[in-house]
Amino acid sequence: MHEFLSIVSLSLGVSLAATAIATAVSLPVGYALATIAFPGRRALVVLANAFFGLPPVVVGLVLYLVLSRAGPLGFLGLLFTPTAMVIAQAVLAAPIITALVHRAAERAWARYGDELISDGATRRQAMPQILAIIRADIVTAVLAGFGRTVSEVGAVILVGGNIRGLTRTMTTAIALQTSQGDLALALALGAVLVGISISISATVFALAGSASSAGSEEA
Amino acid sequence: MKRTGLAVALVAACLSISPLSAAEQSIILASTTSVENSGLLAAIMPAFTARTGIAVRVVAQGTGKAIDTARRGDADLLLVHDPEAEQQFMAEGHGASRRQIAWNDFVIVGPAEDPAHVRGGHDSVAALSAIAAAGAPFVSRGDKSGTNAAELRLWKLGGRTPEMLAAEKWYRDIGGGMGQALNAASAMGAYTLSDRGTWLSFANKGPLVIAVEGDARLLNRYDVIELNPQKHAGAKLAAAKMFADWLVSDEGQRAIGAFQVNGQKLFNPSASSPK
Repeated sequence: MHEFLSIVSLSLGVSLAATAIATAVSLPVGYALATIAFPGRRALVVLANAFFGLPPVVVGLVLYLVLSRAGPLGFLGLLFTPTAMVIAQAVLAAPIITALVHRAAERAWARYGDELISDGATRRQAMPQILAIIRADIVTAVLAGFGRTVSEVGAVILVGGNIRGLTRTMTTAIALQTSQGDLALALALGAVLVGISISISATVFALAGSASSAGSEEA
Repeated sequence: MKRTGLAVALVAACLSISPLSAAEQSIILASTTSVENSGLLAAIMPAFTARTGIAVRVVAQGTGKAIDTARRGDADLLLVHDPEAEQQFMAEGHGASRRQIAWNDFVIVGPAEDPAHVRGGHDSVAALSAIAAAGAPFVSRGDKSGTNAAELRLWKLGGRTPEMLAAEKWYRDIGGGMGQALNAASAMGAYTLSDRGTWLSFANKGPLVIAVEGDARLLNRYDVIELNPQKHAGAKLAAAKMFADWLVSDEGQRAIGAFQVNGQKLFNPSASSPK
């Protein structure tokens, strides 16, 4: 039971940290892509959308090679640590959050951008307002990013190594239990994971519902 | 400004997830799936950690991949079971010492109805030929693990190369660990070669039973390999040596011999009398 709880808490901890980092990067980037015209902007938007479905094993493999002691960042000693898993998951979540934030911010900017600028705000100063307007979309984006990280196995098993008590998450534990033929335990862990996914989905709908009703009051 | 503070807090939060690595001494042991999946390491390591304070972090991979991980310098110690690959690793100068810690044996398992009529035999090569002649499904790990290497050696003794096998419909290369191979064989009613440790501790046997065992060619030996400090200066060699020494010590050997699953002994300690 203790081990089970530590697996669940590691899973949630790693995924939450990765989502937080990805969000911190993606909010300003998504906003900038929506509001500032600069060379290469379109390419970046296309890239963010393309990386929506970035294959986790590819991210895992590339990070493995980078973090390996024989690789460029090997001196950091990060391979087979939770930090490596956080990095991998943040890389997977960031494009999803960026693309969703960009899409929403673009719409909001088209509608309110001129107004904000004519009120004397710079694009940077207008950011809190725009982000506040699209907060429901941001919540959806962040939860989509979290859903991606918590359910992912390909990248974390490569860079984490599925080490008992250190880097074993729910998904890698399910893979291990299955390889031991303990399908019942694997299924039980899977049920917990699915439960978390359903909670996420329910949260998204609850928040989106309350936010849109708040929005209609404004209108 | 506020955002910078937030970012710093996030990075700090992220790093704080791995405080263990700094607080205590630990080594990375690249190991085969069989010693991990059977539960051996989880059972014997606490005694070592209690004695020395060194945590052993097991990254379980097939032997081929484990050796590759060590070759890249991403492990501090190796515990594997493929004599030929190990000899090559030593010949390349990556290893400092290679010591046998235990042995058990491989078994050919297959469906109880036994379509190739090999059950009860003791000649593994003849059994594989019979399976091939019957065109009965055979699951291969196909993952360059020690078991995969042993399987290919047996096929070769019967005159079949990997290329010939790859062309056969009944030969199913799943590219996975021992447990995945057993899951697949169980679902397909196929034969496969398994190490005895994983087989005994495996919980999803389905229709599978042992078909062939007791052939001298089915010997399965496990070696611990310390890394060469000249090639792997970054590895935690001193702590790794303590674990390697402990595995071959009386205490470690007793722990290996005492490990049981369902009342059955899985590994025979053999440091003092290597097979």
